[in-house]
Amino acid sequence: MTVTLDPSNTRTLPLDGAYIRNNFPIFRNRSSKNPFTYLDSAATSQTPQQVVDAVETYYNHYNANVHRSIYAAGEEATEAYESARDKVSNFIGADDSHAIVFTRGATEAINLVAYAWGRNNLREGDEILLTEMEHHSNLVPWQLAARQTGAKLKFIPFSEDGTLENSEASFTEKTKIVSVIHQSNVFGTINPVNEIINLAKSVGAVTLIDAAQSVPHLHMDMTSLDCDFLAFSGHKMLGPTGVGVLCGRTELLEQMEPFLAGGEMIRTVSLETSTWNDVPWKFEAGTPNIAQAIGLGAAVDYLSGIGMETIHRHEAALIKYTLERLEGMDEVTVYGNPPERGGVVVFNVEGVHPHDLSQLLDRDGVAIRAGHHCAQPIMEKLGVSATARASFYLYNDFEDVNRLTEAITSSLKFIT
Amino acid sequence: MDDLRELYQEVILDHNQNPQNFGQIEPATHSGDGYNPLCGDKLSLTLQVQDDKVTDLRFRGSGCAISKASASIMTTVVKGKKVVEVEALFGAFHSLVTTGDTDDGDLGKLAVMAGVYKYPARVKCATLAWHTLKNCLSKKDEVAKTE
Ligand SMILES: Cc1ncc(COP(=O)(O)O)c(C=O)c1O
Repeated sequence: MTVTLDPSNTRTLPLDGAYIRNNFPIFRNRSSKNPFTYLDSAATSQTPQQVVDAVETYYNHYNANVHRSIYAAGEEATEAYESARDKVSNFIGADDSHAIVFTRGATEAINLVAYAWGRNNLREGDEILLTEMEHHSNLVPWQLAARQTGAKLKFIPFSEDGTLENSEASFTEKTKIVSVIHQSNVFGTINPVNEIINLAKSVGAVTLIDAAQSVPHLHMDMTSLDCDFLAFSGHKMLGPTGVGVLCGRTELLEQMEPFLAGGEMIRTVSLETSTWNDVPWKFEAGTPNIAQAIGLGAAVDYLSGIGMETIHRHEAALIKYTLERLEGMDEVTVYGNPPERGGVVVFNVEGVHPHDLSQLLDRDGVAIRAGHHCAQPIMEKLGVSATARASFYLYNDFEDVNRLTEAITSSLKFIT
Repeated sequence: MDDLRELYQEVILDHNQNPQNFGQIEPATHSGDGYNPLCGDKLSLTLQVQDDKVTDLRFRGSGCAISKASASIMTTVVKGKKVVEVEALFGAFHSLVTTGDTDDGDLGKLAVMAGVYKYPARVKCATLAWHTLKNCLSKKDEVAKTE
């Protein structure tokens, strides 16, 4: 693969953004005069042709329900669905100790644990340990679980640079579950989850890692990470919306009560009582998102073909360049400066509210995020009501960064 | 004209840079807060109402150019008006920013906000101050939402 040079020809990127964008219909459908500078992959990623094709092939050639149809199309659908499960499992380096449950997304995966594990295992006085930098989806389910069970919420604080402060101090013998964001959707911080998981194990707590921002961007190895639960979403990793994953320790999933009940998750049903299907199907009540899961399988193939380490190096080079460019602008304030980070940066431009900025950048085809990024407690701590966020993925390159900074400059001219 | 210039009229940018009636009245006869949960915009209004007339009003808060300018323009238009007139203006303003309808002859300076209706995501920015004002006048002691 060829390399891209920045304008001063002094640095290279591991991936050729233009070559990769050519795999993505949304970029291919734009003329070169009117490029789409997509810098909001932390919200949702774009979809490559390979994933669109996998979904389309299912609908065009073997659309049928899974696990119950006794005819060729149904068997093909079941096989494709189950093979997507295997692909996802291999992608994150899981072995038999963990099972892959398909959910609607990271949010549902976390809720599954908060309900099916939390409500039956938490007691009054127990502690639920989170961090102050959680996405709302790894905060609100635990608030509900705490309210139901009388357990207490505790938070590992973060400091101004966007890294977690000493987490050891937050662990006690009352800590029953530790649920922590792996890569921050605000600062891009890659949190020291190995250390946190080890601390949790030393007090016998169950562990959940919110990997919605890490599985799409980092090489994952579940056998060495060895948390009890890992939650992520397909749509942030080139897959379709409507599918996500809870990777859970099989032994724990077997002990847990079901989350949703209905078809598929049962073994035997009488009018009075039922018995449950095996893990993971016990947690997949009703007809699953078949096409979406198959699409996620194709996304995982695509990402593996390129290599997660390469993708991470690509994003690291892009964020380094972006920070240099943004910090060179007097009007720009960047929040956080974590040493271990992914391709996400939040900032504000003096005199331009992030909502106005986002609206004005759109004129130049630059899409960023503006708002609280589903992390209102972080905004509160930073003392701002909103920020702008740029986030990168494998299809971005230096040109995208240049278009961002040029568009910021022209927005400043426009509004002041 | 650049489409966005229709939204960000010069008058709007002026009010954003130099908001009118920015601050707080003390003591006020009416006060209230507005909050847009989608973008985090916050606004506090304080009013002097005498004999069913808004004799003075001021706003404070943080928000985008559209919400700040809308609040600023609102204060200049509402000052000195009777409460019933303000209620009629609320209706006219609401249809202006949701449908672009400028037929209502009393809109006056508010007409610069006409561009908003083409940007549905920004309607809430423009109406936050007005919802807050409405709540203040009806003496509802709750935080106004732009829903
Ligand atoms: C860190 C993190 N966790 C969880 C989620 C929730 O993902 P979803 O909305 O796909 O369920 C997100 C999405 O923004 C996220 O960034």
